[in-house]
Amino acid sequence: MTALPPKSDVKLGLVIDLDTCVGCHACVISCKGWNTENYGAPLSDQDAYGENPSGTFLNRVHSYEVQPEQGAAQTIHFPKSCLHCEDAPCVTVCPTGASYKRAEDGIVLVNEDACIGCGLCAWACPYGARELDQAAGVMKKCTLCVDRIYNENLPEEDREPACVRTCPSGARHFGDLGDADSAVSKLVEERGGMDLMPELGTKPVNKYLPPRPKDQGNEIDILAPLLAPIATETSGFLGWLDRNLEKI
Amino acid sequence: MNHSQPVIDTSPKVSDEIRKTTCYMCACRCGINVHMKEGKVAYIEGNRDHPVNKGVLCAKGSAGIMQVNAPSRLRSPLKRVGERGSGEFEEISWDEALEIASTRLAKVRADDPSKLAFFTGRDQSQSFTSFWAQGFGTPNYAAHGGFCSVNMAAAGIYTMGGAFWEFGQPDWDHTKMFMLFGVAEDHDSNPIKMGLGKLKKRGAKVVGVNPIRTGYNAIADEWVGITPGTDGLFITALIHELMKAGKIDLHYLAQYTNAPVLLDSNPDSESYGLFLRDKDNKPLVIDLKSGKKVAYDKKGIKPDLNGSIRQAGITHTTVFHKMAETYMAPEHDAANVAERCGITEETIRRLAAELAHVAFEQEISLPIEWTDFRGEKHTKMTGRPVSFHAMRGISAHANGFQTCRALHILQIILGSVEVPGGFRFKPPYPKSSEIHPKPHYGYAPNKPLDGPHLGFTHGPEDLALKADGTAARIDKAFTWENPMSSHGLMHMVISNAHAGDPYKIDTLFMYMANMSWNSSMNTGGVMKMLTDKDENGDYVIPNIIYSDAYSSEMVAYADLVLPDATYLERHDCISLLDRPICEADGAADAIRWPVIEPDRDVRGFQSVLCDLGARLGLPNFTNEDGSQKFADYADYIVNHQRKPGIGPLAGFRGDGSDSGRGEVNPEQLNKYIENGGFFVEHIKEDASYYKPWNMAYQEWAVGMGLFDAPSPYLFQLYVEPMRKFQLAAEGHGERQPPEHLRERVREAMSPLPVWNNSTDKDFPIHALTQRPMAMYHSWGTQNAWLRQIHGVNPLYVPTKIWQENDFKEGDWAKVSSPHGEITVPVAHQAALNENTIWTWNAIGKRKGAWALDEKAPEATKGFLLNHLIHELMPPKGDGMRWANSDPITGQAAWFDLKVAIEKVGAPSECEPNIPAQKSPVGKGPKNLTWKVGT
Repeated sequence: MTALPPKSDVKLGLVIDLDTCVGCHACVISCKGWNTENYGAPLSDQDAYGENPSGTFLNRVHSYEVQPEQGAAQTIHFPKSCLHCEDAPCVTVCPTGASYKRAEDGIVLVNEDACIGCGLCAWACPYGARELDQAAGVMKKCTLCVDRIYNENLPEEDREPACVRTCPSGARHFGDLGDADSAVSKLVEERGGMDLMPELGTKPVNKYLPPRPKDQGNEIDILAPLLAPIATETSGFLGWLDRNLEKI
Repeated sequence: MNHSQPVIDTSPKVSDEIRKTTCYMCACRCGINVHMKEGKVAYIEGNRDHPVNKGVLCAKGSAGIMQVNAPSRLRSPLKRVGERGSGEFEEISWDEALEIASTRLAKVRADDPSKLAFFTGRDQSQSFTSFWAQGFGTPNYAAHGGFCSVNMAAAGIYTMGGAFWEFGQPDWDHTKMFMLFGVAEDHDSNPIKMGLGKLKKRGAKVVGVNPIRTGYNAIADEWVGITPGTDGLFITALIHELMKAGKIDLHYLAQYTNAPVLLDSNPDSESYGLFLRDKDNKPLVIDLKSGKKVAYDKKGIKPDLNGSIRQAGITHTTVFHKMAETYMAPEHDAANVAERCGITEETIRRLAAELAHVAFEQEISLPIEWTDFRGEKHTKMTGRPVSFHAMRGISAHANGFQTCRALHILQIILGSVEVPGGFRFKPPYPKSSEIHPKPHYGYAPNKPLDGPHLGFTHGPEDLALKADGTAARIDKAFTWENPMSSHGLMHMVISNAHAGDPYKIDTLFMYMANMSWNSSMNTGGVMKMLTDKDENGDYVIPNIIYSDAYSSEMVAYADLVLPDATYLERHDCISLLDRPICEADGAADAIRWPVIEPDRDVRGFQSVLCDLGARLGLPNFTNEDGSQKFADYADYIVNHQRKPGIGPLAGFRGDGSDSGRGEVNPEQLNKYIENGGFFVEHIKEDASYYKPWNMAYQEWAVGMGLFDAPSPYLFQLYVEPMRKFQLAAEGHGERQPPEHLRERVREAMSPLPVWNNSTDKDFPIHALTQRPMAMYHSWGTQNAWLRQIHGVNPLYVPTKIWQENDFKEGDWAKVSSPHGEITVPVAHQAALNENTIWTWNAIGKRKGAWALDEKAPEATKGFLLNHLIHELMPPKGDGMRWANSDPITGQAAWFDLKVAIEKVGAPSECEPNIPAQKSPVGKGPKNLTWKVGT
């Protein structure tokens, strides 16, 4: 079994805005591209042009429908990747120490050299955030682009995860959730950011900002009362027009 | 056990080099950084400096690396050896391919150049391909606009001198309420997503009007699940409610639109409905100050929206008077449209109230001085912060042109076009329809055409008709069937050529247009037309030349295939002469350049045209000594001048410091590459809004070469050219429609938009397609990463229809239309208009295409709705079969499809099950572990 590090003040993670995510999968493919070429073994694809294509992805977007008690059904896009939990069950279950949580920033990583591909961590993760690469036989997961965020070969503005850099609607935010004054912590505070399945006690670092209420036409009525007619037919309208032309 | 962790390298080398070019995974033209390792593409990300995407990139763009290694890439020129459609080819050399093409085309050009139909699909080199076609001399050239979104473009240009997407954008930084109509999820995708992100951050309200609640509509604060095809009805109801409440911008209407222009109002007059004009042909208005009639652009006037004058026995009243008569009518009341639109009366009224509230109670004022075209100085720029965007969803209907016009009228009465917080044009727009070219179709053997093919008609005299009244063009563009078909009708070319109506052709030459599959209505019919033989056993369409980079479905139908390079292997220019990448605050253009060299025997199609043009001796592609003028497309991009000083690229001209106008600069492409693949010239603040009337903008535009003299104009709420076509239909003038079209023209060409629709009780359900954000047409389904996101496309069915048919998960349905039937898998979707079914567009593939396995889900469970749509409407009582197109522009009415649905037992595969085509490139590899660096 593998030990978690002592609690760190730095908790790097993602804040994902479900009110803004349009479900475009930009983050999914940008992640696939960066992590195929970079950290560890490439993310492979099986039967790539065939009947049952399936490959390794570290981040996937799921779409759900929600039917409120009143009003129209809604569509929610839900991107999901490793949440870099404080009490990460995928780490403690690892028999070889391959799965570990970094002491300095809390990122959960897999040391591929030590991974035996047993799959226990994927079984222990309640979020389904780990995928065993079929070609390399090692466990793959979100690295929070640990090879980007400190990378001195990248311009400073690019030292963020590939998924955050590429997100067209700006629904993904990266930062230190251990720092109450960080931009991401403030966003979580303002928007009521939530843990995914907090009852499991995994203490995820990543947070989700909930969708704002939708289809609330009635609230706006207070600001904009229904229009009062100035005329109901053409001649009345033209009379109003003549009276008002002088004023413009 | 104590914690331990390995030491890892957190600063690995990212790449050897970054090459900056332009994406082509869809039509949005984002800037990309291509990271190279050991000469290979290692990673693609967005270019932060680029005006279109500012660093972000969508799924398609990031998956470009799987496009340049795609097994479907064509490898060599191909000559057909089997029957058409079979996919049996032999590889030939470029010399042989070009010899075959030039011999055949030279004969066509010498005999009758109209026997060549040259249509390019979704390429972005239309100013170049049209230039080639013009040199060849055929009148039969167009690109894909006729089956895409010509209604949006033409309605916008006729009404306000520009439209959405390339033409303009919402003022994302200032708008407070944004309404999005019928936008497929892809069009202008990154800019819209970025804009929505900005609005969300500011808490501005987003309203999505769309039968389907996915993508952008999923995050809209309010979703209006409208019944397809009724947008025009909904919009005219909003116009009605706003006018009835007096919530309209009278100052804006009086100053900047033709609302005060005087119209002949005598129904018995020969010029009934035409503008009253002065001797200089300028439309006249009544000046409220003097009470006299004056030219609309006279300095210091206050045009009267309700002026009238009696002249030569004829009463003239204003356009706005006509609008009041039209839109105050009770038929437009919310109560009278609600049911047909599938939107409650209360919702329509409330949305009108919200628009009025934001436009007039939350007015914006920027302290920027500017001078208008009448010479009047203004101390501020007033803004009405409501904005709109729309695309194919409202335009791909037979009533699409008028619906798009109605939307622009709504924008204009709110005073929200070209003002802070509203809708803003992007250079080279705004530009009045009057300064665009008119259609040209004059041809003769071995001569260039007498001018550009496409343009804007302004009356019957501009129609492309031969002396005998028949169509001059194979697609019947610019005829009485569709007088304002500014983008041509690519979707009618094959069926007209097959029918020999208006005439037969010799060669069909196409580029990037998957006409035997997803780019045609009536896909099965088109396949048959392409393979039909005459009584002599010859193909009815004798010769087909096709260029594509990939092994698409259309490749199988070509006699000669010219393999194109992929977008990372060739030059391109995204030109101000074409479909530019400008932003509202600046003019911009861009290039593609070969960041890698092809590893196959392929050539960029545009370079091939340079070669072919020289072989044919086209005057614009040969030097005086007969030698080849442009060595390749790059040579053309740098050295071609459309007018002295104006070339395909506006940046780095002359010594490298000239913008817009300037001498040819041999170093221009290198300058673009140094600058990140693009060029942008920003507009000064005092020219940033009110552009059609703002003299600072007009002068800047002249300096940039966008036009040659300041060209301010009024917005055309009332489109007088439409009235001219109507007058002809009413029996006036020398050129009149044939009898069978008279009533149709009279009805369709209403100069103020009115809504109409047909209903069919046997087929009560609307059927639509949408393009997903992570897949574009047939450019991407072969992409190994993207097909894992969108490899199947069930038919999405709303709750009501799901329950009525007792559907269960995994069920299949037969869907039928008057034209055909398909059998497909269904899935339930609650967030959907209750009378609408839909699926993702162009996921379905023909077996054997795109180097996919024949058992690929795209080929077995993927399907097209196209089989249900005919290019002609079902026969009516008059014995005629009308085109399934907008009667004004000829836009293909894809979204008018009505169907019936019933549950059936699951077949093994979707039906119709088209037999496989043989793949000229084999099949893709089994597994991928793609990593180029070591």
